[in-house]
Amino acid sequence: MAILNEEQEMLRDMAREWAANESPVAAFRKVRAEKPAEGYSPDAWSAMAQMGWAGIVIPEAHGGSDFGWMSAGLVVEELGKSVTASPIVATTIAASAIVLGGSDEQKAKWLPRLASGEIVGTLAVDEGARHDSSRIETRVNGGKLTGTKAFVHEADGAALFVVAAADGLYLVERGEGVTLSPRKLTDMRSHAEVTFDGAAAERLAGGGDDLLDRVLDRARILTAAEMLGMAQQVFDVTLDYLKQRVQFNQVLASFQALQHRMADLFGDLAMMRSAVEGGLEALDSGFGVARAATVAKAEANRVLHLMSREGVQLHGGIGMTDEYDIGFYLKRARVLEASWGSTSYCRRRFASLAGY
Amino acid sequence: MATLAEPKEASADDAFREEVRAFLAEHFPAELKGSNNALASVEGPTNESPAEKAWREAMGSRGWGVPTWPKEYGGGGLTRKQAHILNEEMAKVGAYNPIGGMGVMMFGPTLLEYGSEEQKREHIPPIARGEIRWCQGYSEPNAGSDLANLQTFAEDKGDHYLVNGQKTWTSGGQWADKCFAIVRTDRSDKHNGISFMLIDMKDPGVEVRPIQMISGMSPFCETFFTDVKVPKENLVGKEGQGWTIGKRLLQHERTNLSGGGSMARLMGSALSDVAKKYLETDDQGVLVDAVMRDRIADFEIRWQAFLLTAKRAMEESKAQGGVSEISSVLKKLGTKLGQERAELLIEIMGLQGLGWEGDGFSDSELSGVRAWLFGKATTIYGGSTEIQNNIIAKRVLGMLDHQ
Repeated sequence: MAILNEEQEMLRDMAREWAANESPVAAFRKVRAEKPAEGYSPDAWSAMAQMGWAGIVIPEAHGGSDFGWMSAGLVVEELGKSVTASPIVATTIAASAIVLGGSDEQKAKWLPRLASGEIVGTLAVDEGARHDSSRIETRVNGGKLTGTKAFVHEADGAALFVVAAADGLYLVERGEGVTLSPRKLTDMRSHAEVTFDGAAAERLAGGGDDLLDRVLDRARILTAAEMLGMAQQVFDVTLDYLKQRVQFNQVLASFQALQHRMADLFGDLAMMRSAVEGGLEALDSGFGVARAATVAKAEANRVLHLMSREGVQLHGGIGMTDEYDIGFYLKRARVLEASWGSTSYCRRRFASLAGY
Repeated sequence: MATLAEPKEASADDAFREEVRAFLAEHFPAELKGSNNALASVEGPTNESPAEKAWREAMGSRGWGVPTWPKEYGGGGLTRKQAHILNEEMAKVGAYNPIGGMGVMMFGPTLLEYGSEEQKREHIPPIARGEIRWCQGYSEPNAGSDLANLQTFAEDKGDHYLVNGQKTWTSGGQWADKCFAIVRTDRSDKHNGISFMLIDMKDPGVEVRPIQMISGMSPFCETFFTDVKVPKENLVGKEGQGWTIGKRLLQHERTNLSGGGSMARLMGSALSDVAKKYLETDDQGVLVDAVMRDRIADFEIRWQAFLLTAKRAMEESKAQGGVSEISSVLKKLGTKLGQERAELLIEIMGLQGLGWEGDGFSDSELSGVRAWLFGKATTIYGGSTEIQNNIIAKRVLGMLDHQ
């Protein structure tokens, strides 16, 4: 765990307590059963927003707290531990796009509403099943945006889409010319194909030519923070399980074969945590972000993939049951792994950034 | 964020930085620039040049070879921040710390914690000046990973102990002046029957035999003790406390073997830079072999994550004080990654990377082969990876023994 300041410790403790008391995995089960239109509990989201979590990376002048990315990561990590369904990552990324590339007018118009949780925003980039920001067909003509975005996170509850077109990022409000087709994935969260047919669009003109890459790096790092919470939780519950479960008159935790696998996972988890915290620190310092983002997402992919498989295996048969929570992590893990850059994508990008 | 705020002592740190720069300008011989041999500790002592000797003495007289050790015992008495500044300034001019070895890495910190005042006054200053070589008398032929099973026996003879037995894998035993050893003083108690004592390698009855390794080097010895007299004042701590003290020393050892610092420097340039020299690239400088490119990137990403972990562990242990339990994790990960890197390296070079001696090979190719082979020891010595896994599982994760 990175060395935190007092403010960050308070924020983390608050998130930890809230997630444990108000949003345990049982809350996700409830969302899954009740199927709210947004894909999350509006009450839970408004409670998060009231605690200021929607505006952690938004400047104070625009209604946020400007606590920084490490702080945002701490909250998202805690929520990841109990697979809380919320649009916090999507909204934070959409807001960061406006912070980086928006005009004063755009900032004044959208940031306070995002910071207060009044509206949800999301990022719409990919047009196929695999993340690839270099293949974008979406076009804008005369302020009207046309194209189809596959698998947009949190689209069901989103009022504002930050859309990647061939010539830059655009803000599109939900409404005329915007059509959603739900795409239910294994994680039972909100994903949809979003078709834009001449929808009114405003360009994010600032932020430089690499604005999309910079926003995607934020998406990679914050998503990795959610994955870190999930991996930590899978490790912790698996360790607890091994300490309780008795077979052959021994607790499983006493078997060396299992001890060594847990020791391996513990080392991998340490590497993942360092990579994710390194990414968050890079965002706060503004130094080496692109490289840190590929390291963070690649390690998050690698370790959560392994952890989610081992978590089920080490739980044995009970890990296969829907009654047990561990399966939720396996299913969400693969969705996040495929989002904003698979492992092979991150390796290619890392190599390109390093010039080989 | 924190990086933007300069602490109030900035001016004092600046003054110290100036002092370091002036010292380096006066004392660091230009001819030694970048000449530090990272494999020196396993290759044995070479004849020290006058420039190297002068540089060691200059650093030793300031105590800057062991910058954070107390001044009263010959250390530098620096704060961690100052030590960091010292390192930064040395790196800028290609200077290196000429004072190291087991005395610095393992024995010194342990003696500072457990030694008597007399012992500290006698043994720490020569370490701080780089004038003495220590070796480690731990492993025995039948007590390697099962270290507490050691049989070398120290019999109480009133004013001294009489030591008999055999140690093995004594790193640098043939060049060492003294040995810190764990020996049995009570045969009836496996763990509480062990004591920690200091043995003079020049004493009658001490004999060493170097062991030739698969790398062609002989950095380890078998060490035999036959009726060696060890004075009572060379017992560190109490009789029977040796296991506790010895384990503490092993934490320092693990931290140093993990590769966070020294191994990273040993590794030198990025794997990808080497790959670009030996493998085909396209006109963009991209490796044509997509599989190798993927594997190299995979390694480099995990190596980054490891370096970040070593840095994080250092920051955490600084915040908490003392050596952290995570030393086992670092040792296990760092040595595994070091071996992976060496394997990738020779694979990248093809047969050119497997030269043993003679014509047709560069120095870096030949030393790369030796380093690859020697590196196989890293997951065995200092507590094997399997032993580290036991430590992590039992001490860190609280997984239990059979009931």
